[in-house]
Amino acid sequence: MSTRTPVVELSDLVFSWPRQRAACLDLAEFSLTPGEDVFLHGESGSGKSTLLALLAGVLLPQQGVVRLLGQNYDDISSARRDRLRVDHIGFIFQQFNLLPYLTVLDNVLLPCRFSARRRTQSKDAHATAERLLTHLDLDRSLWARPATALSVGQQQRVAAARALIGRPELLIADEPTSALDAARQVGFLNLLRSECAASGAALLFVSHDQRLAAHFSRVVSLPQINRAGGIGEAA
Amino acid sequence: MSALLRLALASAWNRRLALSLTLVSIMLAALLLLGVARVRQDVRDSFSASVSATDLVVGPRGSGLSLMLYTVFHIGDATQNMDWRSAQWLAAHPAVAWALPVSLGDSHRGFPVLATQSAYFQRFHYGDDQALQFAQGHAFGDVFELVLGSDVARAQNYKLGDKVVLTHGSGANIGAEHADKPFTVTGVLQATGTPVDRTLFISLAGMEAIHLDWQAGAPMPGVSIPAQYVKKFDLTPKTVTAVMLGLKSRAQVFAMQREIAAYKDEALMGVMPGVALDQLWEVAQLGERALMFVSLAVAVVGLAGLVATLLAGLDARRRELAVLRSVGASPRRILLLLLLEALTVTLLGTLAGWAALCAGLWLGGPWLQANYGIMTKAFTASGSEWLLVGGMLLAGLVAGLIPAWRAYRLSLADGLTPRL
Repeated sequence: MSTRTPVVELSDLVFSWPRQRAACLDLAEFSLTPGEDVFLHGESGSGKSTLLALLAGVLLPQQGVVRLLGQNYDDISSARRDRLRVDHIGFIFQQFNLLPYLTVLDNVLLPCRFSARRRTQSKDAHATAERLLTHLDLDRSLWARPATALSVGQQQRVAAARALIGRPELLIADEPTSALDAARQVGFLNLLRSECAASGAALLFVSHDQRLAAHFSRVVSLPQINRAGGIGEAA
Repeated sequence: MSALLRLALASAWNRRLALSLTLVSIMLAALLLLGVARVRQDVRDSFSASVSATDLVVGPRGSGLSLMLYTVFHIGDATQNMDWRSAQWLAAHPAVAWALPVSLGDSHRGFPVLATQSAYFQRFHYGDDQALQFAQGHAFGDVFELVLGSDVARAQNYKLGDKVVLTHGSGANIGAEHADKPFTVTGVLQATGTPVDRTLFISLAGMEAIHLDWQAGAPMPGVSIPAQYVKKFDLTPKTVTAVMLGLKSRAQVFAMQREIAAYKDEALMGVMPGVALDQLWEVAQLGERALMFVSLAVAVVGLAGLVATLLAGLDARRRELAVLRSVGASPRRILLLLLLEALTVTLLGTLAGWAALCAGLWLGGPWLQANYGIMTKAFTASGSEWLLVGGMLLAGLVAGLIPAWRAYRLSLADGLTPRL
């Protein structure tokens, strides 16, 4: 991976939701270089989730270009976008990341089931999953248990292991710490950063909580770069 | 695909209570649908198998249907008999190969008694032109000898040599017993799956003999003729209920029918068994169609339940679908996932229904035959049954499209963040 090619980049992007006249997002430029860790800040309703959906290729902008590893989303089919996404991006959401009917280990292995690339990259997927879970301080006794048997903090660490397996180039974390208490937030954050550093993944950490910004090498405020003035999505 | 299958199974297992209830309702629907189809087929088969090789049934002019009902099915009572001389005329007719006069009216513990000639056991054919076979013994010869259908022998536990007392009349018009003139069992027929199994056979002379001292349906007061003296009397019948005819050539059926209708000495008619059976079947079909309609409606209800369960489950599963999207499942795969689920539940439910039907007929078949004379086959699947199974699966697939399409729309709209 050349350091010159951004992991993800967008330029001159305008996006508005259907049946809304005003644009939701209007961004001149935003990008992440490989291995970079960025804190994206914005209040709820500022269009953060919309931006993430655009970066992930789930939504397409009305104007402008979004590229993942140099590939313009607009040039490829939705099926290709789905494949590209799972091949190169790991996700951690606010909560309820896990499928309740799978064990902890099977949840971690999910991306390898859908992506040949992630499967190949992780070599022995099982061993890799076990190594990640151990790294993230999840005891072996929990691995075979259903995901719902875990505490919220534990679930978030399982989600992190799942996002990291198969070494995706980008890790998108959407408010991953907001369900955790303050003491655990920093612990989880550090864990996430060190794991991303270890696997060489760029980290886009999205939160409304500005206190966390200090832990990142770059901080971007969405309201400041959004020329549309941040008319958020419906939710 | 196998990853999707495993996920589908794990996900379905997670919702096993709701899904298994749906499965049970589909199973019951399939059971009913296939059961009606199966029993209909079996009833139709036993129905049309009840008589064969008989070209015409001749009786007093009236309803052809009721003539068939009492001569072939031994149900109901003949209101009118035909003269013995007419029977003799038919037997001697040059176009006639054989004629079997039959007389009905008496019964034994609810089973009808048919008086005929011993040639009946060679001439009367059923099913696919099959002749009657004796399981034990032989045809009646003497006046007070009797042959039993297999059900009668089994139900009453009769053996060769047993004495059997007949009862005057049958059904609602049951009268006194012919207790002074018991009959001896000389033969038991093999099971045929036709009304023959439920019938007792005696000679026409025997029928005449037990009624020697009777008049107008009751014993004559003060007159009693002991069994040992009956042979001193003329035991030729005065009347019979009907005559079954086999013609030398089937081509003569219509000519013979016309000739019978034009017979001067008595008002007669000749009925073709096939035609009358079809008429009878048409009557039965009304009920059968209603039954089929009801079972189709039940199938629709079962599938509607499936759709409702899957749709209701979708709202709770939006988070699951979003997670699946985030790990690389395309909306199309999610559509497939839901479709797979609907199809699997339908498939399992239908197969379970079919298995339950086979098991039920295997266990209940003997009872059905004993009580209703319906011969059922437990372990078969006719072409029309496969068609129903296929139709059920197709309907399940189409029904599954509703929740699958909604899941597809939801996962497109929600992307990675379900709006709850």
